[in-house]
Amino acid sequence: MNIDIEDISKDFGKTVALHPVSLAIPSGTLVALLGPSGSGKTTLLRILGGLECPNAGRVLFDGQDATHLTVQDRRAGFVFQSYALFRHMTVFDNIAYGLRARPRKTRPQAAEIARRVTKLLELIKLPDIGARYPSQLSGGQRQRVALARALAIEPRMLLLDEPFGALDAKVRKELRQGLRDIHDTTGLTSVFVTHDQEEAMALADLVVVMSMGRIEQVGKPDDIRARPKTDFVREFLSA
Amino acid sequence: MTETLTLPKPRAFRPATTEPVLVKWALIALVLAILTVLLFAPLIAVFEEALRRGAAFALASLSEPDAQSAIRLTLLVAAMTVPLNAAFGIAAAWAVTKFDWRGKAWVITLIDLPFSVSPVVAGLLFVLMFGSNSALGVWLVANGYPIVFAVPGIVLATLFITFPFVARELIPIMLEQGRSEEEAALTLGASGWRTFLTVTLPNIRWALLYGVLLCNARAMGEFGAVAVVSGKIRGQTTTMPLMIEMFYNEYLSVAAFTMAAVLALLAFVTLALKSALEWRYADQLAATHRH
Repeated sequence: MNIDIEDISKDFGKTVALHPVSLAIPSGTLVALLGPSGSGKTTLLRILGGLECPNAGRVLFDGQDATHLTVQDRRAGFVFQSYALFRHMTVFDNIAYGLRARPRKTRPQAAEIARRVTKLLELIKLPDIGARYPSQLSGGQRQRVALARALAIEPRMLLLDEPFGALDAKVRKELRQGLRDIHDTTGLTSVFVTHDQEEAMALADLVVVMSMGRIEQVGKPDDIRARPKTDFVREFLSA
Repeated sequence: MTETLTLPKPRAFRPATTEPVLVKWALIALVLAILTVLLFAPLIAVFEEALRRGAAFALASLSEPDAQSAIRLTLLVAAMTVPLNAAFGIAAAWAVTKFDWRGKAWVITLIDLPFSVSPVVAGLLFVLMFGSNSALGVWLVANGYPIVFAVPGIVLATLFITFPFVARELIPIMLEQGRSEEEAALTLGASGWRTFLTVTLPNIRWALLYGVLLCNARAMGEFGAVAVVSGKIRGQTTTMPLMIEMFYNEYLSVAAFTMAAVLALLAFVTLALKSALEWRYADQLAATHRH
């Protein structure tokens, strides 16, 4: 799905989170929103997911205005920074949540839900953990369960807030490839937020460098590295 | 001249986190002594006094119409205030922890008001508002809805006094849990109501249970505020705590202590209920608690 961001701005009281920003994301790309904390990248992601409402501007999904679409209607698979797994539910119930929340008419049968959850557990390469609770999982396993839960609703796009932020370096590298593989098999337009430039460069098709609520540069990893457009980008990349 | 280095004499090894045995036992003894003097001894005295003339006599004092009516009224007041304050408490905690708005800090302080105001003052406030010296009170009595010196006043006063219990239990835990699980449920397509029922409520159920039990205990035991608004009409607006005082003042000490014993037993029942639930769901508690 194509995502178009047109002059989106957002402030929280006196602090401006986003100056008007515009960005076109072609269907099927894996995009990194890269920037230091406070650059507005998470706010932009949350606006895409419908968790935050912009003060001005429009968001278009496949050319259609989605600015005022509710969170539920957006069908955006969202992976939260600390994963936000439902702690009182098993992994199976976590992944099945979105399917069970559907209105009766479109809700799959219990057997069909079980089949899909099993398939998703295989996709994240954790077929045997359905009966466990989130507190019994490692950080890397939690992240993958969060991903499976987001994919269960057959989302139109995948939005990930610092998906590797809480993991140690080794697991981070493994899961990076995992996300790339899942992106390539599903073909979903995916946007992830990171402050780690190496991660953004290694993983994304398109990198969006942000600072102080503005987009500094948009481009392929190699282009940005070869031709930083602003002083900020040059300094941020050399840090 | 060379200084001689004297090493301290080696002492028996003791892990850094444990206290000497003497300190440990002294602390345990102190706690037990306090519990005995302040809790067990008075409790035993209540039951002893109640049963001084035998169980039959004690039970007979309970079967008097006034005593029966007091028990019924106390249970009725608790049955009305506890569900209402559970709902108010959840709503207040939700509003305070899941949204940002102006005046939030002020509302958090207001929630605590019933704790800081003397119950007698609270009772007087209701008398002033709904009593015969206010236009509203006169109108209410004229139209057949008396509030002061009637059951509605007792319910109102008890509601006021027990308001903070549920909210106070819920606010810290809801703050700690944050909003992300609710947000996750919304992105997965759940409605607000479904999110509340399937995500928020299960996450707060233990805190809610404690809040409800505390609220219930106080609703049944409240004296000051209820004493002011009830008018202490025997058989009509007299709750168990008020009845105990009346019996005691009339030198009916067996009746007074029997009623007190019943009130204490009701507290035991709630405690036992809580322990039973904790025991029954121990595995769930262990699995879902982060701490």
